[in-house]
Amino acid sequence: MSDLNQLYQEVILDHNKSPRNFRKCDTCNHHSEGFNPLCGDHLWIYIDLENDRIKDISFQGNGCAISKSSASLMTSILKGKTKKEAEELFEAFHHVVTSKIGEEIDLTNLGKLSVFAGVRDYPARVKCASLAWHTMLKALNGEVNLTITE
Amino acid sequence: MNEEIIYSGIAKKEKTFKTFDVKKVREDFPILQTKVGDKPLVYLDNAATSQKPLSVINAERDYYLNLNSNIHRGVHFLSEHATMAYENARRKVKEFINALSACEIVFTRGATESINLVASSYGRMNIKKGDEIIISEMEHHANIVPWQMLCEEKEAILKVIPMNDNGELILEEYTKMLNDRTKFVSVVYVSNSLGTINPVTDIIELAHKKNIPVLIDGAQAVQHMKVDVQTLNCDFFVFSGHKLFGPTGTGVLYGKAEFLNSMPPYQTGGDMIRSVTFEKTIFNDIPNKFEAGTPNIAGNIALGEAIEYLNKLDFNLIAKHEHNLLDYATKQLLEIDGLRIIGTAKEKASVISFVLENIHPHDIGTILDNEGIAIRTGHHCTQPVMQHFGIPATARVSFTLYNTKEEIDYLINAVKKVIKVLG
Repeated sequence: MSDLNQLYQEVILDHNKSPRNFRKCDTCNHHSEGFNPLCGDHLWIYIDLENDRIKDISFQGNGCAISKSSASLMTSILKGKTKKEAEELFEAFHHVVTSKIGEEIDLTNLGKLSVFAGVRDYPARVKCASLAWHTMLKALNGEVNLTITE
Repeated sequence: MNEEIIYSGIAKKEKTFKTFDVKKVREDFPILQTKVGDKPLVYLDNAATSQKPLSVINAERDYYLNLNSNIHRGVHFLSEHATMAYENARRKVKEFINALSACEIVFTRGATESINLVASSYGRMNIKKGDEIIISEMEHHANIVPWQMLCEEKEAILKVIPMNDNGELILEEYTKMLNDRTKFVSVVYVSNSLGTINPVTDIIELAHKKNIPVLIDGAQAVQHMKVDVQTLNCDFFVFSGHKLFGPTGTGVLYGKAEFLNSMPPYQTGGDMIRSVTFEKTIFNDIPNKFEAGTPNIAGNIALGEAIEYLNKLDFNLIAKHEHNLLDYATKQLLEIDGLRIIGTAKEKASVISFVLENIHPHDIGTILDNEGIAIRTGHHCTQPVMQHFGIPATARVSFTLYNTKEEIDYLINAVKKVIKVLG
């Protein structure tokens, strides 16, 4: 059995309790909705994109500690990043949570996001961690349709 | 609670115990010895599927070892014996729910397929534009979607019996709903997400006063209580084998012979015909008319063995044991600050859904899993129930004959740990 503390790290617990950028953004020019029917995680991502740079990003919704803290950390990190940087971080994050158990992963460019490395030991929870990221990518690309992960 | 007194019955074929304890029952279920990491498995997800006693596992194995052949056609030794075993399983089901005749028992893949069969066959033949079908607010999706699709196809109307905040159906509303346009009622016996035991006898009686047929979804009932379809007087009754200590992919549709005889086949092919020419096909009699193709022979024989296993126990004593567990767990859970039980009906089976303040059920599930405790988290395929209570999901524990008071104590400590980690 994996060590529970690897999943519920302090940073994750903190962002779960006090999520950052947890608000609706009416002035944002991009938004999208994400839903995980399996566990009911449901969130909305709002992005204000100016000259391909993320001027503001926020989220709303409800979900488990992993999905909420993932959305919270994601918004903190992406603020000020370019669209391309956001896409690269998506790839890096996605690789961390979906890599095979035991496989070596490069955490150097991930910063705080590396706390999600423990998620890959809990296959049922990968979708929780990645929901916000998938939804963000859709919002960036102007797709407002519902993102469904299950 | 004194388990020595509660249990009396036998667990193994040759042995007869005047009394036996839960420990003996647990010995019949090998998987209960599983370790989750370094912790013993505490299996509290019985409403999703029950574990299987060794006798059931052996019955399936024995079929492939000693009987494997196709049924209802061969004249050879193996086929005759396999057919006998298969039809014997059907008779066991017939006796288990006290159907009038074994021909009223149709083997299916599960309760879901049984409901789909009735909606497709009986429904398509009898439901017309403007007709009304009644279900309830606490149905499993399996007893919503088939009727919804039928209503869309036929331009019929789906009516929903509401429930109160305890999770009990409001019968006054149901009575008001019944009218000349009502053509079918399909209601769950025991709610899989709330544990509510519905007053199905009243529901059936009220419908029958207006000559409306009733289907009872017994998927969560047959493992908890003695069901007698003739006393209930329901027209259809469905359940799954895998929740009744039998194999997955097995299930039963009971239908009164007069109904089954009048219905067109659900699927067509081999075994369900009497004669086929390119001009005309004459269908077989019931139940074969509804069992097209080679069925799950091994599984259904093993389902018969699961019923045999239960027959050796006393249902009243099982029910008493489960109720003791239910009462004990309810009391202990309610002592936890911030815990709310969803589903507080007066009549309940041993199913408890709960939520913790500010903690998502999915996180509860992961932390309990780390303690070796298997529970179900999510909407339990009853999204309208979640909508009623304004929650996305619950954590659900469900107890059966092999669960113990000690396991509940272990659960309570683990829930407290969840609050410590995430609260």
